[in-house]
Order: sequence, then structure tokens, then C-alpha cells
Amino acid sequence: MADQIMLSLKVNGQSHSLQVHPFARLLDVLREDLRFTGTKEGCGEGECGVCSILLNGRLVNSCLVPAVQAQGGEIVTVEGLADGQRLSSLQDAFLTQNGAQCGFCTPGMLLAATDLLQRNPHPDEAAVREGLAGNLCRCTGYVKIVDAVQTAAREAR
Amino acid sequence: MFDICELHEPETLLEAKRIFNADPGLKVIAGGTDVLIRMQHGGLAGAGLLSLRNLHELEEIQLLGDGTLSVGAMAPFAQIFQSELIQKLVPILGEAAVSMGGPQVRNVATIGGNLCNGAVSADSASTLFALDALLKLQTLDSERIIPMKDFYAGPGKVNLLPGELLVAILIPREGYEGMGGHYIKFAPRKAMDIATLGVAALCRIKDNCFQELRIGLGVAAPVPVRCFEAEAYAQGREVTLETVQEIARLALKPAKARSSWRASKEYREHLIEVLAQRAVAEAVKRAGGCCADEK
Repeated sequence: MADQIMLSLKVNGQSHSLQVHPFARLLDVLREDLRFTGTKEGCGEGECGVCSILLNGRLVNSCLVPAVQAQGGEIVTVEGLADGQRLSSLQDAFLTQNGAQCGFCTPGMLLAATDLLQRNPHPDEAAVREGLAGNLCRCTGYVKIVDAVQTAAREAR
Repeated sequence: MFDICELHEPETLLEAKRIFNADPGLKVIAGGTDVLIRMQHGGLAGAGLLSLRNLHELEEIQLLGDGTLSVGAMAPFAQIFQSELIQKLVPILGEAAVSMGGPQVRNVATIGGNLCNGAVSADSASTLFALDALLKLQTLDSERIIPMKDFYAGPGKVNLLPGELLVAILIPREGYEGMGGHYIKFAPRKAMDIATLGVAALCRIKDNCFQELRIGLGVAAPVPVRCFEAEAYAQGREVTLETVQEIARLALKPAKARSSWRASKEYREHLIEVLAQRAVAEAVKRAGGCCADEK
């Protein structure tokens, strides 16, 4: 297969075309080539959720996606959640409820929570925990993160 | 970067079979949540991959004319869990599906990939064993339908012929109709963990007697197993606490548990008995029965 391919994709609504190796990890393309460094790398094997993005509307771990599989895709990263300077209600709730401590898991948590609220706008605590089950946090003990998601859901009512 | 030498992404099943027939050395990849991780760890280095991800025809979950529930091999676990057909006819498979990984993994990991890995811990496998499921396998010019037990050859090994693909999982009507079921996954964490033990129990109850009982175990032996002695014992017996306890004791018979860093052999055997009892008791309840001693 070719050493490089022309990859065309949309990130946070903006189109990009770039030369990449077809089997580069989408995570690396986003971070290194396109400099969307909000998406982090944790375990690199689909366990921790910190590299979560929305790819064509589906929550996935970008460390387990070869770049070629994002051809023509639409991606949302944490940089795409705010509307200019206006934070999304989830981001706002993470701030007011202290849902972030060290902050490393926060981008993945926000994406997973965004995905959850799209599917289930008013989740109970169990549903929030289920929706965030693929994201590890080693600081908060999750309670404040769950609070933040439920606060955002309440305020959207 | 993934150490992949070539990647085929056919758009149709026929095309996939042609490619695989021409080059049976290709490694088949479905959702990639196992294969790509193995590659990250240096396994399968330089492999050529045959990706089935564009074969949307294999994602369908449908009820066939004879009442068989057909689950496409490429159906992701999220879709299985959300499927109304699954929720209505085989809720136990939904339970097993949602016990797997987290949302990110369930969005891409497929039931076919889960089975073809041959992992004894596969959450769908013990449940499908208990459901008497059949597997539809196809090569370019042949098709065979085999029971689950003939598919598992050993730890991580399945009986697939060169160039053969798993296309669907078939659950015959007798496998699920009128059955109450329960799947218990035992693992240190509730999410993103691999089962230390998995127990799937299904039963049909009439006049508070077992008309039929089926129990599948995961991680109890080198391959998923059925508990035929326990099942035969239950046949026709009244549901009582003693009966269920004896069933759980007999559920140990097919076990060949081993010690690993996850759990010792002794602990796994303890789990089989305790969890089999719980799973059967809950399955009985869902099938409309009642343990006499609880009345």
C-alpha cells in the first residue's frame, strides 16, 4: 500500500486534507499533524477513554482507528465543544461542579458525556456511570464528574 | 502507527470472500478492539488485514421465517444491546453485550469478532452456548452451520477453515422461546474488565418445575462449556432451594478451572458454584418460577 495517502476529513466542522500514512493512528494525526492536542493519549489500547472522539457521530477511542478509516469522516474533538468563547453546558458544569482535578481525563470525559446526553438527555446516576464506563479518572473518584453531567442535564431542561 | 502491511476493505461479502479465498493468510479484522491492540503489543507484526467493517449486510439483526433469530457477525455490541428484537426475545444476550467493555468499545467491537478471537472470557460466548446458538460460516464456495461447541478448539483457537468467514449467529426458536435467563459476569470492575468467570443460565418453568435448563460457563475451562449434568438433573424437578443448590454443585462438573493472576483455581470453582446458584435462581424468577423456600 502507498506510503502516504491524501486524507480528507472534517474536524469540528472544518475541512482538512493532508498527507498521512494510511496506518497512522487517528489519535496521532489529530495531535501531531492537525495539532488538536486536547485529545490525549493514555493507555494506547482502548482501555482508558482519554483519546475519545466522535467519529461520524459515534464515540470511539481514536488510538484504535487507523487513519485510513477516517477518510471522509466527520470528527468532533474537545476543541469543538465550545461555541467560540462560550462553553458548552457540560464544560460549564465541569467547572462549577469541580468535575476536573488534574484534567487529563477531562477531554475524554466531556466527549463521552456529550455522547451520552445526545442519546439520553436526562440520565439517572446509573446511566451516567454506564455512559462514562469507558473513561478512567484517577483523581476525582467520579462523584464530581457524575454531578457535573447531571447538573448539565438539569440545566438543559 | 500500526504495523500493517496491507489492508483490504471490501464493500460486499462476496468481494470479501473472493479476497480471502485468494489469500487465506490474511488476518480478518472486525471492530479491531482486539486485533489492533495485539498489533500495538507487537503481535501480528506486518500482517495483511481483511477488514469487514464496510460489510453492513452483516450488521443486521433479524427474525427469520421459522423463528430463528439471526444476528449478523458484524453487529456491534452497542447495537445488540439496543436492539428491540434482542431485548424482547433474548434479553440475556443484551445483558452479556452491555457487560462488555465501555461505550467506546461497544460501539465498534462486534459479536463475530468476540467469538472468532476464541477467548474463553468472551461475554457473548457462554450466553450463546446456553442459547444453543449455531454459527453460519461461509467460504467463497461453501457454507456450513455448526453448533457453538464445535467452533471452539482451545484457548484462542476456533475451527475456521482457510478462507472461511463467520457471517451470522443463529439462535433457533427452541433456543430462546419461553425461557427466562440471566447472565452474571464476575470481574473486579464493573466496566472495562475481563470476566474472572461468566455464568449464563436459561430455563423454562411449568407448574414451578424445570421443563428445561441450560447453563453456559465462561473462563471455567479452556473453552466455554455447558453444564449438561446439572441440566439433566434439573429436568422435571420442582424448583426448590435444594434443587437449585444441587444444580449449582453439579455445574462444577465440566469445569477445568486453572489458576491465573486473575484468580486461583479454587476461587474460580467457588465462584462457579455460588454464581451458578444465583444465575439459576434469577433465571427461574424471570421464567415465572419461584424457589419454594422463598415463598
